[in-house]
Amino acid sequence: MSQRLEGRLSQIVRELPPSGIRRFFDLANQMEDIISLGVGEPDFVTPWRVREACFYALEQGYTTYTSNRGMPELRVAIANYLHKYDLHYDPLTEIIVTIGGSEAIDIAMRTILSPGDEILIPDPGYVSYYPCAILTGATPVAVTTCASDDFKLTKEAILGKITEKTKAIMLCFPNNPTGAIMTHSDWQPIVDLILERDLFVISDEIYAELTYGEKHVSIAAFPEMKERTVVVSGMSKAFAMTGWRIGYVTGPEYLIKEMLKIHQYTIMCAPIMGQMAALEALQHGEKDKDAMIKEYDQRRRLVVEGFRSIGLPCHEPKGAFYAFPDIRNTGLTSAQFAERLLIEGKVAVVPGEVFGQSGEGFIRCSYATSVKQLETAIERIGLFLTQLDRIEA
Amino acid sequence: MDERAKQTLLQLVHDDALQSHESLATRLGVNVEEVVQAISDFEAKGIIMRYGAVVNWDKADSSRVTAVIDVKVTPERGRGFDQIARRIYLFPEVVSVSLMSGTYDLQVIVEGRKIQEVAQFVSEKLSTIENVTSTTTHFRLKTYKFDGVIFDDPTTDQRLVVTP
Ligand SMILES: Cc1ncc(COP(=O)(O)O)c(C=O)c1O
Repeated sequence: MSQRLEGRLSQIVRELPPSGIRRFFDLANQMEDIISLGVGEPDFVTPWRVREACFYALEQGYTTYTSNRGMPELRVAIANYLHKYDLHYDPLTEIIVTIGGSEAIDIAMRTILSPGDEILIPDPGYVSYYPCAILTGATPVAVTTCASDDFKLTKEAILGKITEKTKAIMLCFPNNPTGAIMTHSDWQPIVDLILERDLFVISDEIYAELTYGEKHVSIAAFPEMKERTVVVSGMSKAFAMTGWRIGYVTGPEYLIKEMLKIHQYTIMCAPIMGQMAALEALQHGEKDKDAMIKEYDQRRRLVVEGFRSIGLPCHEPKGAFYAFPDIRNTGLTSAQFAERLLIEGKVAVVPGEVFGQSGEGFIRCSYATSVKQLETAIERIGLFLTQLDRIEA
Repeated sequence: MDERAKQTLLQLVHDDALQSHESLATRLGVNVEEVVQAISDFEAKGIIMRYGAVVNWDKADSSRVTAVIDVKVTPERGRGFDQIARRIYLFPEVVSVSLMSGTYDLQVIVEGRKIQEVAQFVSEKLSTIENVTSTTTHFRLKTYKFDGVIFDDPTTDQRLVVTP
């Protein structure tokens, strides 16, 4: 009976593959005494001043809906904040506060894509881009990035995948899972190509704050790019506010106007408590944020050095909080490696293939974990590798 | 190593003095030799005074009482507060002495095994010093946070083990 009913559900949803992370989560969740480098969120709790501001807002009775676009003061704070990346948006018409960057990605794709369109997606990349594109009826097309290029996006890779159906390109730099960033000179040839082919751009810049040594460069800051670019960002990563579910999307008025329709009918508005907290974070949270970034940077050096010292090649991630070491010389697939490391070595990492075919041969290791845990994890992985060698030999 | 890195190093050592020089060097992106040099400079200059541990004595079950004493003094002509502070801090039961702005002058922290012991020190030693005009003694009942360390911090990692 239920099978018959199930067969009548939306075909597009039924055919959507379940998240690869989910399967791995179920496995890891049963284990005890593991160290997890598999977590895609900060290990810090939200800065106290931000949590405290939320209590205050609740005491004051801020428990209502807000404007669909989000609280006006928050939109002003977001607009001011984005000036640091040379991004200039009108808080009245060019910003929507969303339920995390997640919603922003969804409504941007639904607004730009029609069935039959193609959207280029960097591979490896964050897990929601593919399904969100498929749900619009469009076809996601992977654009490979390689370890040999430090996982930067290249014009050549795009040219190999672009067709007359290509309408848009999804971007994610600093990148989850590779930690890759793009500099001004990395962007230039890609910007030229995008203009030449008249593509839309959805640029997920949720890790913009987390770059090490080089400041984030937003593609939307290039001349002529703003009118065709939607920037997705949010509070989750930079301010350790994942659970608050506050993100935002900025873009030219004509695009925001259309995205707002979806947002207002499906979401209405982001929760006001989260918006009040986000306001505090943007207005007074800079020092807290900078302290966390400093700490990530130290851990980043520790894990990269650690992986190299136990024989895993690892390019230097310049952004986000992930290292993406190369496990190809173990002869295992990334899924096999991750599964055996979990069971035999008691360390959880995420197999690179979860983030797309080009992630195969790599594992994503989050360094949003204490230094002590990181040091123990590297030790355990080193031991696991030695045992692996012994079995192979 | 630049000045900023040195300040960061100092903070890292302050927070956890047991970290290896190698680990400190990697975290800061400098050579081990530079870390060793910087630390020995800090020691030589008296910037790093001592390595210790933050101990929650309440948990350690060692009977000890701590009193924070506000001390008012009349400073001596030509010698200011320093001379009086010295007379106080040389007593071994005094663990800290600071000159304060506000309604009193010196904040003196005294440790003893029993309240009587501390009370005796205040009445017999501290308040009898010539320039001490008054003392107000507060006994510490419980420590919640000390030197940046929260003592009864219940926060555990609430995150799921694997997330995208
Ligand atoms: C690249 C990237 N984009 C977007 C998100 C979604 O974040 P949120 O919805 O919490 O803003 C994540 C979270 O892991 C991410 O890694």
